[in-house]
Amino acid sequence: MELGDEILSVEHIYKVFGTRPGEAMEMLEAGKNKDDVFQETGQVVGVFDASFSVKKGEIFVIMGLSGSGKSTMVRLFNRLIEPTSGKIFLNGNEITGLTDKELLSVRRRDMSMVFQSFALMPHLTVLDNAAFGLAVSDVGEQERNRRAREALEQVGLKGHEYSFPHQLSGGMQQRVGLARALTNDPSILLMDEAFSALDPLIRTEMQDELIRLQAEQQRTIIFISHDLDEAIRIGHRIAIMEGGRVVQVGTPQEILNNPASEYVEAFFKGVDSSKVLRAGDVARFDAEVVVGEPQPGVAPPAPYAFVTDDDHRFVGLIDSTVNGEGASPRTLAPDQLRTITFDTPLHEVLDIAASVPYPLPVLTQEGVLHGTLSKDAILKSLSHH
Amino acid sequence: MSELTILDPFQVLHVPLGDWVEASLQYLVDNFRGVFRAVRWPIDQVLNGIEGLLQSVPPTIGILLGSLLGWQVAGRRMGIFCAFTLILLGLVGVWSESMTTLSLVLTAVFFCGLFGVPLGILCARHDRLEKAVRPVLDAMQTLPAFVYLVPVVMLFGIGNVPGVLVTIVFALPPLVRLTNLGIRQVPADKIEAARAFGCTPGQMLRRVQLPLATPTIMAGFNQTLMLSLSMVVIASMISVGGLGQMVLRGIGRLDMGLATVGGLGLVLLAIFLDRLTQAMGERSAVAGDHRRWFQKGPLGLFLGLFGIGKIKPQAEQQS
Repeated sequence: MELGDEILSVEHIYKVFGTRPGEAMEMLEAGKNKDDVFQETGQVVGVFDASFSVKKGEIFVIMGLSGSGKSTMVRLFNRLIEPTSGKIFLNGNEITGLTDKELLSVRRRDMSMVFQSFALMPHLTVLDNAAFGLAVSDVGEQERNRRAREALEQVGLKGHEYSFPHQLSGGMQQRVGLARALTNDPSILLMDEAFSALDPLIRTEMQDELIRLQAEQQRTIIFISHDLDEAIRIGHRIAIMEGGRVVQVGTPQEILNNPASEYVEAFFKGVDSSKVLRAGDVARFDAEVVVGEPQPGVAPPAPYAFVTDDDHRFVGLIDSTVNGEGASPRTLAPDQLRTITFDTPLHEVLDIAASVPYPLPVLTQEGVLHGTLSKDAILKSLSHH
Repeated sequence: MSELTILDPFQVLHVPLGDWVEASLQYLVDNFRGVFRAVRWPIDQVLNGIEGLLQSVPPTIGILLGSLLGWQVAGRRMGIFCAFTLILLGLVGVWSESMTTLSLVLTAVFFCGLFGVPLGILCARHDRLEKAVRPVLDAMQTLPAFVYLVPVVMLFGIGNVPGVLVTIVFALPPLVRLTNLGIRQVPADKIEAARAFGCTPGQMLRRVQLPLATPTIMAGFNQTLMLSLSMVVIASMISVGGLGQMVLRGIGRLDMGLATVGGLGLVLLAIFLDRLTQAMGERSAVAGDHRRWFQKGPLGLFLGLFGIGKIKPQAEQQS
């Protein structure tokens, strides 16, 4: 499946909590902000004019501190909370205009949710919990147990089918929560701070698990998080929320390189940029590139020159730093060199860069020379942020 | 003498509440007696059914069945305990009276459940209804039984059926209250999860709210049962039979022996019922025990003899 088709899009969504949302909406239209509205009317603005879209098959992280409206936002998607105004589209169909019955079918088939507090049913076994969504849709017992078993196996809970939730650890309980959501085979998985209640080690483990599941199934996942490291680790794209507004949407690299506001910049200050940036983001064409076979006798213009064939494939490196009288430059083939692909995280490149004298050639998956990465360039890119 | 004074205005100002009640009661008796008589019918049917059943079972069989029930519901020790209390009832010579009392109590609890649980559910869903119902429940619990014994006799006559009626009035409130409480106490995140997976309100009730509220609702049944037992003695004043009648006669004749035997019978019956319903309320979720209720206890043993019931979970695990 290719990225790119929109599966969910949100247009000018507002949510005002309180008994007089109309009044608050008028104030918002007049340009007042959240705090003014609360001061004057006592109405709480949860989400303020949010517009963005989520692409099919991506992990979209909605990030913000507590009170930024991110948990409200995710509940607007399946209308656990009714938006005050605005439209939400799922595959081009407007969710905000659905009847109760149609909404039930969206909740049963298209969107499943995983909760921060797990929210498992204590009176049901793990198997019955996993099958809960199907049981609600009146799927027969055999069919739903089969699918629940499959989902439990995917999350690594085979053999625990007949335990009760209270007999499991927190991490395992959240696996049940994940299995319950997967059993329905939804097109969108909504995860509301799903891993926030877990301890750091288990959290990392669950994040890896989620990345693996997503890679296998190409499912669209909307993940709510207050943890920037988590967002960067799992998110293909991130939406940053502040005070009910969506202030920036983009890939972690885009946001890091071009923060939309001071708030976002301050937010990203503590982030280890070597974990966000990839080799391809900082690679430059600052070294000399020779296309075709190097001519003997012609001294390369720089200590190191990169050789590519006519298709820009990397074929070798000319090293002119050989010591000794009359020594001629030698050519090194790719298998004698350390090369890196452009999507290698920068923090993994540091070691490699330190161990070789030449700038690292950065290649695409197909072996095309994407750029080079010198020690200088790496240091500059890290100090820049 | 009958001049209005500020210091004691109530010499003149007077609400003749008693007269009003008497007048309206008289009006009801004159005009609606048929309606009230009709109310007797369903209670009569249930009571006669239960009493006929309980009285027709010989004590030995009754003790056997009672202890098997205890074993089924709460394990072997409970079974032995039930046998012990029931045998004691027989030994002090009040078996027949106990069965009459038991049928009265069970009939009252049956009707309490029939009305109390749905009312409790409605109260949990509608705050306004809860606000309206609460003072009525308070009145039902605190109004001295003697106050409504008289109008009940005037409207329904005397005997076991009006006895059940006054018992229902007295014993209903805790069930309504605890059903309401149990459903309101279901954690919000479970409710939200159920909604997120597409539960209709009916499914929410059946699959989430009632199962999670069961222990609290069972506590309500337990309280209703206990109140019914205590009401049975008072109801014996309107000629309700059973153990209460024994106690009343004992007091009336200053026959301490008779009163004590009746009282002991009531206590034994109360202990028996209390333990049994408490055990029902507790969920037995022992680690690794996947058996359903019918796969345990004597029923499980019985079904096991014929090879039914035990096979299913094992077969499921292999697949």
